Amino acid sequence: MTAPVSISMEVNGERVEAQVTPRLNLADFLREHLQLTGTHVGCEHGVCGACTVRVDGEIVRSCLMLAVQVDGAAVQTIEGLSDSGEISDLQAAFRDRNALQCGFCTPGMLMAAQDLLRQNQTPDREQIRAHLAGNYCRCTGYQAIVDAVESTAQARAGRSA
Amino acid sequence: MKAAAFAYARATSVSNALELLASHGEGAKLLSGGQSLMPAMNLRLVSPELIIDIGGLAELRGILLSGQVLSIGALTRHVDLLKSPEIASHAPLLAAAVAHVAHPAIRNRGTIGGSLAHADPASELPACMLALGAVIIARGPRGERRISAEEFFTGIYETTLSPDELLVAVELPVGRKDSAYFFHEFERRHGDFAIVGLAAQAVLQGETFADLQLAYFGVGDKPVLAAAAQKLIGVAITPVALAEAAAALGEALAPHEDQQATPAMRRHLAKVLLARCVAKLLNRSDLNAGGAA
Repeated sequence: MTAPVSISMEVNGERVEAQVTPRLNLADFLREHLQLTGTHVGCEHGVCGACTVRVDGEIVRSCLMLAVQVDGAAVQTIEGLSDSGEISDLQAAFRDRNALQCGFCTPGMLMAAQDLLRQNQTPDREQIRAHLAGNYCRCTGYQAIVDAVESTAQARAGRSA
Repeated sequence: MKAAAFAYARATSVSNALELLASHGEGAKLLSGGQSLMPAMNLRLVSPELIIDIGGLAELRGILLSGQVLSIGALTRHVDLLKSPEIASHAPLLAAAVAHVAHPAIRNRGTIGGSLAHADPASELPACMLALGAVIIARGPRGERRISAEEFFTGIYETTLSPDELLVAVELPVGRKDSAYFFHEFERRHGDFAIVGLAAQAVLQGETFADLQLAYFGVGDKPVLAAAAQKLIGVAITPVALAEAAAALGEALAPHEDQQATPAMRRHLAKVLLARCVAKLLNRSDLNAGGAA
């Protein structure tokens, strides 16, 4: 039964069918099979948050999900969010405020930040920190990241007001 | 690292999962949310021969209030607990605790049944089960078993579940009047495992406790109900009474040492939590002189 399993899912709006071994995790499936390398693999045990993606609209650790578990689901990666323009303002705020240096954590950080902003339009800095606590950044010291998320929230709230 | 190779079976029902467990014995592992099992597999701490994926069993998901009992299906995710109006009104301790369980991406996948069966002594939900007097329901080839939370947890990652049993639900008694709760944990960073934590459930009677359950976690190989709480039930709470209870608590606890804290530091923090808890529950700031937040 370690034989490949057929799976079918939607990734960034496109139907994907594949044969995968059960041990293959979702992060490696996205990177190695679909060449969606924006999803980064850091710690591979759920601590660093670099591999954060959306499954059926909710953020998850793709290193802690098997590709076979995603059968029938809709997956969105950083490529999907970026190409659709959903987070273009957030990305611009990260750039403007130097909220990244090496950029390794950035895809996961953007996924987690956008997840917060979808649930809470006016988060305070404490709430931003709490929501991003599961995403490691070893360069910035987080201050600029919190600034970028906060200013994006304020700009979006201003637009919808 | 990556998980070692394993065979995969998607359970179609609880009885199907039990059949798979029975035929594969200890080589099989149940996969629910995977937020404890997958890290352990990726680190090659466990390498099951067969993964039985129960994630699709809708019959195991959901929160139901029936009379004085709140029943929570094993596959109910942390995020469901956090957002549930039933949990907020009938088991607010649990809602407060879940906010400290890891991070949003983990809470979207992790399940209550998985957390309890995994039985990490530093995790929040097992302690809440002790404080709330929960009954854990397991199903196996010999039928259903009801296990009190106090009997359920036996050691580090160890429970009374046998390899052919599946945790299907927990039941919480609810509806006691004048009940109050306290939850706090010391952690390096929001969402980390606790250095020491306390989940407490009380029944108040005027200025005193008619009941007080203090469940500590992160202080040993399993969550513990502090016997010292008995010293605070039905008596006037004075600083002296509280100091005696704290001394008894310190003697009873046998905390472990790790890279986060020494046993002495854990004992100290447990006493600080006791003072904060009693002061908060009774709204008596005078009792918290030594341990202000």
